[in-house]
Amino acid sequence: MIPTEFDYVRATSLREALDAVSGGDGVKVIAGGHSLLPMMKFRLVQPTKLVDIGGIAELRGISEHRKGARIGATTTYREVLHSQLLRERFPILAEAANVVGDAQVRNRGTIGGAVAHADPASDMPAVMLALGAEFVLRSKRGILPAAKRSVTAAEFFQGAFTTAIQEGELLTEIVLQGPPKGAGMAYLKHTAPASGYALAAVAVVLGRTRKTISHIQVATTGVGESHRFVHAAQELIGTKGEPELVARVAAHAFEGVEIQGDLHSPADHRRALATVIVRRAIERALERAR
Amino acid sequence: MTSIMGSGIRRREDPRLITGAATYTDDVKLPGMTYAAFLRSPYAHATITKVDTSAAKAAPGVVAVYTGADINPHVLPVLCAWNPPNCDLKVPPHPVLAQHKVRYVGDAVAVVIAETREAARDAIDLIDVDYDVLPAEVDPEKALQPGAPQFHDDVPGNKAFLWEVMGGDPDAAFAGAEVKVDLRIVQQRLLPTAIEARAAVASYHKGTGQLTLWCTTQNPHIHRFLYSVMLKLPEHKVRIIAPEVGGAFGSKIPAYADEAVAAWASMQLGRPVKWTEDRSENYKVTIHGRDHVEYVEMCGTKDGKITGIRGNIFAGLGAYASTAGPGIPTILHGLVYSGAYTIPNIRCTVHGAYTSAAPVDAYRGAGRPEAAFLVERLVDTFARAAGLDPVDVRRRNFIPKEAFPYTVATGVTYDSGDYEPALDKALGMADYKGFRKEQDAARKKGRYLGIGVVTYIEICGLGPSQVAGAVGFGGGLYDSAIVRVYPTGVVRVYIGASPHGQGQETTFAQVISDEFGIPVENVEIVHGDTETTPQGWGTYGSRTTAVSGSAMKVAAMRVKEKAKKLAAHLLEASEADLEWSDGAFQVKGTDRKKTFAELAVMANVAWNMPAGLEPGLEATAFFDPSNFVYPFGTHICTVEVDPETGVVDILRYIAVDDCGPQINPVIVQGQIHGGVIQGIGEALQEIAVYDADGQLLTGTMMDYAVPKASQMPHIETDHTVTPSPVNPLGIKGCGEAGTIASAACVVNAVIDALQPFGVRHIDKPLTPARVWAAIQAAKAANGGADR
Repeated sequence: MIPTEFDYVRATSLREALDAVSGGDGVKVIAGGHSLLPMMKFRLVQPTKLVDIGGIAELRGISEHRKGARIGATTTYREVLHSQLLRERFPILAEAANVVGDAQVRNRGTIGGAVAHADPASDMPAVMLALGAEFVLRSKRGILPAAKRSVTAAEFFQGAFTTAIQEGELLTEIVLQGPPKGAGMAYLKHTAPASGYALAAVAVVLGRTRKTISHIQVATTGVGESHRFVHAAQELIGTKGEPELVARVAAHAFEGVEIQGDLHSPADHRRALATVIVRRAIERALERAR
Repeated sequence: MTSIMGSGIRRREDPRLITGAATYTDDVKLPGMTYAAFLRSPYAHATITKVDTSAAKAAPGVVAVYTGADINPHVLPVLCAWNPPNCDLKVPPHPVLAQHKVRYVGDAVAVVIAETREAARDAIDLIDVDYDVLPAEVDPEKALQPGAPQFHDDVPGNKAFLWEVMGGDPDAAFAGAEVKVDLRIVQQRLLPTAIEARAAVASYHKGTGQLTLWCTTQNPHIHRFLYSVMLKLPEHKVRIIAPEVGGAFGSKIPAYADEAVAAWASMQLGRPVKWTEDRSENYKVTIHGRDHVEYVEMCGTKDGKITGIRGNIFAGLGAYASTAGPGIPTILHGLVYSGAYTIPNIRCTVHGAYTSAAPVDAYRGAGRPEAAFLVERLVDTFARAAGLDPVDVRRRNFIPKEAFPYTVATGVTYDSGDYEPALDKALGMADYKGFRKEQDAARKKGRYLGIGVVTYIEICGLGPSQVAGAVGFGGGLYDSAIVRVYPTGVVRVYIGASPHGQGQETTFAQVISDEFGIPVENVEIVHGDTETTPQGWGTYGSRTTAVSGSAMKVAAMRVKEKAKKLAAHLLEASEADLEWSDGAFQVKGTDRKKTFAELAVMANVAWNMPAGLEPGLEATAFFDPSNFVYPFGTHICTVEVDPETGVVDILRYIAVDDCGPQINPVIVQGQIHGGVIQGIGEALQEIAVYDADGQLLTGTMMDYAVPKASQMPHIETDHTVTPSPVNPLGIKGCGEAGTIASAACVVNAVIDALQPFGVRHIDKPLTPARVWAAIQAAKAANGGADR
């Protein structure tokens, strides 16, 4: 439970942080430390340098962005959970943040850290996919073609523990455009009792106009190799989301998806579980749609 | 003055614990301290062909590196101290560092002593060990089958022992029975998971030849004895100190290799050695609990009279026999098969097996939860087969209250009991009949509710020393206490027991406060240092209040007797004319009196003692109970099962327990809550999983599901009070009761909920995956529909 020796840099500004992360191999960025530190203690990860961005004020906080919001990368789950702005516009964020780990994890863990780590069973990636979030990536001027770029969630998440972040880049901000009209959102999670990660979880963001579904994005986490969209949900657009249609979408949600079992839930159970909660999450989002 | 006995005052231990002011073993800092780290086997079963420590020895900050070849000539193997009679127990040597063979993942192969913890850890990676890997077997039933790998040269077929207890004629009872049921039950391995893992600080003084060992222990005097033998030191040259101990649940009873290695290293180096276990080590090498594969049967009449119970048990001891390991699945398990019932014919056969997994020893309840689980699961299964309500069957078979003391077929005599009031109270709280109606209505809507009832008993308050000797326990089970009154009337009590979360600094002070009529603040309970405390046998087996508390009570009564003699002398009255009232001895019918504080000062200055009475005011008492105590109660759990996902939701949990008179009901409730939660964890989510190669797959808290507060139901508690006649406090234990009752209670409730599917049994833990699979299997067997 003792990591190997490493250098530690506590950055006080974004500029300082970008300088530090451009230092090449062996550099790891740390904010809340909830994913990185356990791996370091097991010596599975042995960074030569840790750049702590947890103290950079400009990376933290939640603000209004047109009809949407901007969330700084080092904003904690707790701050997400208690943000009135987010609760009004994107209640799924609080719903998901509330089931992340436990109170201690929520106090220290950051939303940017979670998405940058891209654990295939963590909560935020699915929520970000369903919300169609955009991710702002910055780097020290001159080392990459663009010192600042923005990528969509679909582009950002490239698989288990893999994102669009390049070496020398730092995730600084998550941008959410306004919610769809007549929005209904739901995050439904079946939690592994020990780890607190999802055995299966589903994020649904939909919009409804005149009782008809005009927009829907459904994404899952914990099921299959990585977080993913449930494309079959698009079949609900133009419908009223009748129960049999929702059940059909759920039944087809994981067609062709390879689902691995583990100690806590063998593949057949996990598939059944995921199918059930896709159905229930869509039903719940429909109930909530204004 | 109202008595403080029975008052739920706040735990006096808590302020220091919750403000970080407590001193745990790892907080002990000594000048010149060195730090130990162990290289542990990555294989479950292998021959060691080479150990090269040269690179580690040369690493910066390293003081010494020792291997089995260095230490084993000087330190005896880890001691097993429970040898049940008539079972041909074989105890293979458990060297403190593995030398020729490793026998489970985590078996220590070498130790590095370094100037810092970090340097010790880094140097571990520099030790080069070659292994020839051998096949493993972690299942106790399979380990006893022909063709299983052989783990110890001197234990053929891995057969540790064959033990049996029998009463009546069980085979005849089964042969002629109207109703017979059987179950195969797997009592999964559990990881005790005390919040503080193990730790040791060993400091050997070369000048005096004294070893002081601060360690995480439930029984410092037992550890003094065991480590002095292992280290070949005279017992009076070993001092064991248990500073604050952060929970144990049985895992800090045994002697361990690591503590002995740290002590021996300190003896070599003349410097203190600290070792602090991390959670990964804790899960691999600190003892595990349970690990039975059981074939159990019950028989009886169509109208619900239980006439027999039989068990054929395969009990895993793990790689080696831990200190109390062999006594747990035998004495503490087989003797409890009668439960709360008059069952005339009983047999329990236990096959002890060595396997390639961590040693198994006491875990909260230790043998008794396994017994209560199988008895209570069988009663439900039997009732169902007979077409009777499981509550009616229990009531029908209860030992009647007028029958106590009652000797059951296994030969033990229950001290006292009155089972029906607890059952009735719990049924009332649960509205049993109302729930059954609700259950019927819910089933019609496709919802699956269930109710589980358990009427448990347990054997605790361990116990009479004569019995300890007769059952092969390598020690006594009395306890002793010194009650010392200071000149100002404040009191220090030195006890041999070693509480580590049970709250005796509070409850024992309440007993003394009540006895002497002094404020509880004037009483200090001292424990956990063999240098200052009298001989005791530790805190486990729900024995501390019943046995150590009774020793203290007897000592306090002696102090009071002496104070009375002094009072009579000072008041120039006869003892017969004195009465104790409001903290003073008073001459009846007068206002002439001497308070406890006045008597304390007069006894301690001794200016005016009566002839023949020694100065001072203190007494020592040794208390050896005449019998165990047998707490009991009824727990009821209601659940809803989601058939689509297999998720079990506990709706209500009701615990009505009888542990005799309660000194502090809040502390009793806390003990019940903790015990119930550990049992619910066992029922629903906890399991230590090894793969076929003997790798521990649940090696971290990411995979081993210790219950969290947010996952647990509200627990509704109540109690009845049936005093025990075997100790002066009338007390029975309550530390293990919750665990003993709750696992079976939850499982009974889930199986009840799944009756429409015809599910008969699911092995713990009832994870969603297992419940879902059982429903799928039952549906397939029933042709795809509810029955």
